[in-house]
Amino acid sequence: MALLEIHDVTKHFGEFAAVNSVNIAIEAGEFFTLLGPSGCGKTTLLRMIAGFDQPDSGQILLDGVDIVSIPPEKRPIHTVFQSYALFPHLTVESNIAFPLKMSGKTPDEIRSRVKESLDNVRLTSFANRFPHELSGGQKQRVAFARGLINRPRLLLLDEPLGALDAKLREEMQIELINLQQEVGVTFIFVTHAQNEALALSHRIAVMNQGGIEQIDDPSKIYNFPRNRFVASFIGKINMLDVQVLEATSPQLRLSVMGLGEVAAPWRQGIKTGDKGVIAIRPEQVQILHYSENLGVADHFTGKVHDYLYVGDVTTYIVELCNGLLIEALLPNSTPGRAKLFEIGDSVVVTWQYEASTYLNG
Amino acid sequence: MQISNLRLWIAAVLVYAFLYIPLVIVVVYSFNDSKLNAEWVGFTLFWYEALFNNIEMLAAVRNSLIIAVSASILATILGTMAGLAIHRYKLKVLPVIVFTPIAMPEILLGVSLLLFFLQVLNLTLGLVSIIIAHTTFCIGFVAIIVRARLKDMDWCIFEAARDLGASPWQSFRLVTLPLIMPAVIAGALMSFTLSIDDFVITFFTKGVGEPILPIQIYTMIKVAVTPEINAISSLLMLLTLAMIIISTKLDSSVLRAGSIR
Repeated sequence: MALLEIHDVTKHFGEFAAVNSVNIAIEAGEFFTLLGPSGCGKTTLLRMIAGFDQPDSGQILLDGVDIVSIPPEKRPIHTVFQSYALFPHLTVESNIAFPLKMSGKTPDEIRSRVKESLDNVRLTSFANRFPHELSGGQKQRVAFARGLINRPRLLLLDEPLGALDAKLREEMQIELINLQQEVGVTFIFVTHAQNEALALSHRIAVMNQGGIEQIDDPSKIYNFPRNRFVASFIGKINMLDVQVLEATSPQLRLSVMGLGEVAAPWRQGIKTGDKGVIAIRPEQVQILHYSENLGVADHFTGKVHDYLYVGDVTTYIVELCNGLLIEALLPNSTPGRAKLFEIGDSVVVTWQYEASTYLNG
Repeated sequence: MQISNLRLWIAAVLVYAFLYIPLVIVVVYSFNDSKLNAEWVGFTLFWYEALFNNIEMLAAVRNSLIIAVSASILATILGTMAGLAIHRYKLKVLPVIVFTPIAMPEILLGVSLLLFFLQVLNLTLGLVSIIIAHTTFCIGFVAIIVRARLKDMDWCIFEAARDLGASPWQSFRLVTLPLIMPAVIAGALMSFTLSIDDFVITFFTKGVGEPILPIQIYTMIKVAVTPEINAISSLLMLLTLAMIIISTKLDSSVLRAGSIR
């Protein structure tokens, strides 16, 4: 049995369905992420798990028991808020001690556990400071310590890295992964940042307009998006309009309008004549000089239209002969060379067919 | 530049002189050894002595203090609740209901309360009716101050308290109340000063019998302006000043410790 099961949960605000028949099962010990654009319903779903909002219909089961009617303070679920929500009138120590006091622990136990917790987040010397005397990173560590100290079954994290600057955010990501492994508490993490979701999670649920588009582990989400929304929301991707010419396992034959034919991996339920797109990640696209074109099966010709040098990699934008643009990401692994192609070079664009995905619609 | 600065200074000094000189004169003449407020004769504490021997005046002070303390306690409790409700439930009509008595002409409030007490409640006018009347017009002021404080705060803090295991009452007592305390105290002090010198509403709701300070002073002036009035006015001024100093001290110290972000 999963630790947390969300069964057919729906929540309306007026006419607007913020969360629409969502089903999720989260296993104990998992780092689970709800990912989606703002307004997709991820925060509403989190608030229903925490107990701040009530679903209109559906069940939320923790260890098989429906918790919908249980108030937030009686749920063994704690939250780390985006704003951290530290109590401004209490010291770091008292903030961390708060959940223990509420659950009626003895003063001795509270003292020793708070001490241990302060040690863990390296804030022992800040015990008597007030939240407004802390930096953003320190506030966040206090928020994590406070959320975890009473050993909740589930820790909810509402975009906790959103307020930090880029460098600190990366450090905190690593710290967060370590923390979760150490304490073994199940995390449900909400974010709109796809790179954060990919870096941290065991599994990701991609949400859009109140529904779930796909639940999978990060590499599946990235490499095998189930639909166009997931494909375009996670990372960069090239999409070319295609029609299915042949649909026999293990390959699809696709006709790209005005360019020619390509292959893509076969999937159940795709029929000859279907229209859709072929999606291919920029880093999977290979570019060769026109003269190097030696027996590549499926390929298109074009000219280098533009490039974007960002240090470690360069993105080349190639104009195909039908006028469409396709992006290719090449690592700058050759010493001393900033670019491999010049604008206007005639090139051949190709990719391994397994790297591409056909998406209907 | 220099000249216009000087002009501004002069203007400011004149305005404040206009405001404060009458108050200073009242205080100075309370120590004047003469029955008249006309010329300075010599220093005396006689008028203060007379004041403390004036049984009716002492009764008026006692009554006014009872009223001001009870009304400000009641108004602070109810006003804090109203402020919390206005902030919590985004109901449009709620602030209108709570804040309207502040804008109402006092005379209207006085008349309507009088009619309400006599004709609807069948209440004998006295201290109780004055306390109820003062409470009604003070609630709005407390609510405004408490709401302003809540507006600056991150709502997640209150949710965090519940989330971390506090019952609604615990979260109010341990988180909400300490955070809004400066506003609650400021509201209480404001209610006290509003109540202790209120004339119009008190006049309508007092009935006959019990003497009340502002009305007692008015009655004395009708007979003759003696320095005894200066003395009681000076004491009232001292009390109000103390309130103002306490509330500004609260603002700078407690508000800082409680500030968010």
